Amino acid sequence: MLPRTWWLRDLILFVIYVAVLYGLWVALEYAGAYFPWTRYPSRILILIGINIALAVSLNIINGHAGQFSLGHAGFMAVGSYTAAFLATRFFMPFVEKFPAGSAQAILWQSVFLIVGVLAGALTAAICGYIVGLPSLRLRGDYLAIVTLGFGEIIRVLILNVEEIGAARGLTGIAGWSNFFWVFFFAGLTILISHRLVMSSVGRAFLAVREDEIAAEAMGVNTTRYKVKAFVIGSSLAGVAGALYGHFMMYLNPGMFTFVKSFEVVAMVVLGGLGSITGSILAAIVLTILPEGLRYVKELVPDSAPEILKRDPRMVIYSIMLIVLMRTRPQGLFGRREIWDFFPGRKDRVPAEARDEETDKLDRDAAPPVR
Amino acid sequence: MTPRQAMANDDILLEASAVTIRFGGLTAVSNFNISVRAHELLGLIGPNGAGKTTIFNMLTGVYKPTEGEIRVGGVSTRDLRPYHITGLGVARTFQNIRLFKDLTVLDNVKIGGHIHYKYSGTSAVLHTNRFHDAEDEAEVEAEKLLDIFGLKHRANDYAKNLPYGDQRRLEIARALAARPKLLLLDEPAAGLNDSETLALMETIHDIRDRFGVAILLIEHNMELVMGICERIVVLNFGKTIAMGNPDEIRSNDAVIEAYLGEPAEHAEL
Repeated sequence: MLPRTWWLRDLILFVIYVAVLYGLWVALEYAGAYFPWTRYPSRILILIGINIALAVSLNIINGHAGQFSLGHAGFMAVGSYTAAFLATRFFMPFVEKFPAGSAQAILWQSVFLIVGVLAGALTAAICGYIVGLPSLRLRGDYLAIVTLGFGEIIRVLILNVEEIGAARGLTGIAGWSNFFWVFFFAGLTILISHRLVMSSVGRAFLAVREDEIAAEAMGVNTTRYKVKAFVIGSSLAGVAGALYGHFMMYLNPGMFTFVKSFEVVAMVVLGGLGSITGSILAAIVLTILPEGLRYVKELVPDSAPEILKRDPRMVIYSIMLIVLMRTRPQGLFGRREIWDFFPGRKDRVPAEARDEETDKLDRDAAPPVR
Repeated sequence: MTPRQAMANDDILLEASAVTIRFGGLTAVSNFNISVRAHELLGLIGPNGAGKTTIFNMLTGVYKPTEGEIRVGGVSTRDLRPYHITGLGVARTFQNIRLFKDLTVLDNVKIGGHIHYKYSGTSAVLHTNRFHDAEDEAEVEAEKLLDIFGLKHRANDYAKNLPYGDQRRLEIARALAARPKLLLLDEPAAGLNDSETLALMETIHDIRDRFGVAILLIEHNMELVMGICERIVVLNFGKTIAMGNPDEIRSNDAVIEAYLGEPAEHAEL
């Protein structure tokens, strides 16, 4: 009944996406060469891409499946250390045989970047499974604490493994990440997340989030889908981590403390739990905001009292977060996507009329399974 | 959904034998026996706290009986989780409506049919033919069900925005999407007014004939139970005090005592 040539449409869109990314990347590279001041914004652009991938992947766990993971930095660390270890140990010596900038070198480094990213995704997925299986019998706060503990365990493990640099960090990682690859994988993450949520798998995630008892009664194996959400979310975090390592060219366990996890959680919550476009927008805002606020310090006049002359960046950042969450506790988009707000989409009921508070209380009052 | 042919009458869908459950020192249900045949309309009644919903929770695997055995289609459910039992053909509704409130009406029904439209995450991401086939089927089946329950025009509304009566009907539609052989309805008429209850009675009858399911229902509303059930089981304090057709139940002394508190010769229920 539906045309079966959709794969062709998908393929065309994919080619267009890659071409556009490639064009933008080349443009950015040229801009960086001729106008050095564009290098800083393009670095931030890459960070935005990585944060989008992180936020969207965490949104699968926290937003769609309704679990509360605080271990995203841990999964990211696993991915980035896997890719960086493989690169420094095996891939880079191979690529260095070719003259820098030659076609072969570029080809091989792209191939190895993809291999590294996939390896990072795999190891992070395995970790996601290991953490997910026992801990998903827990719910809410308890699960949050377990995942928080997992993230710290990973960090402490890395601190003690000499082969990957321990506390000194892992240095000399090739800078293979670039605008193209970061946004290629960020796009892939968004695609995977979007297509999952529009499928029976995603509906099962949402059912688990909404009401576990009813989900089980409808034939949804809740444990299986919770683990699935964890595995998918953590493997995509591993992808983002792998790209992050190749972008920073240096890894240090201190980059993956729980503070990093909270940053990602803040993006997902700010965007609206369960909203993919919300996570994307929040990732953009929360990456630019701390950078943009660096300029605030320069605006303070010399005559101002001493206390104002200190960097007020994080203070303003925190105040803005508080104000945002105070005015929109359900996040920027709530559980909806950005297109639900466009006029002309009358098939969606404006859900704003509901009482968020009573709704939440009602959900919390549901007795636990078993 | 094509109406399934009613199975042979002696085909036992569900059988509970000597089922007992204790919560600590409290015996909530003791020595409960029931067998539900295909295409049957069975009522489970009893005063508040008699253990009706506990029995539902045991039949659907939410609670494990302390003693006794429940068999669905000949399979013992001792080690099965609720989703397994749904797979065996038992679907239920809840006393305190448990819809997926923040999802659309259509998605609620699609999740109801989850066991029939499963495919891998890879299929979902790559949009394979398997994905399209399953999603097309899910869409068509869900819309058919919504049409039957008069909810089609609200398919894209959030479930929580439906009026109460519609939410009750949506829960039944969602349960039917699992294509059960046996439908368990937990107080379907709770909170409905008289005319809505009357309409519900017709709907329940209609569901039984149209979908060829057996229905086991818990109800407080005597009129509804007596009106449509072929067999009735009466519980009090976790014990089965009577079983039989509506006429037998109506004239049963133990039942009258349980409801009115004292034996009476000419009491009317």
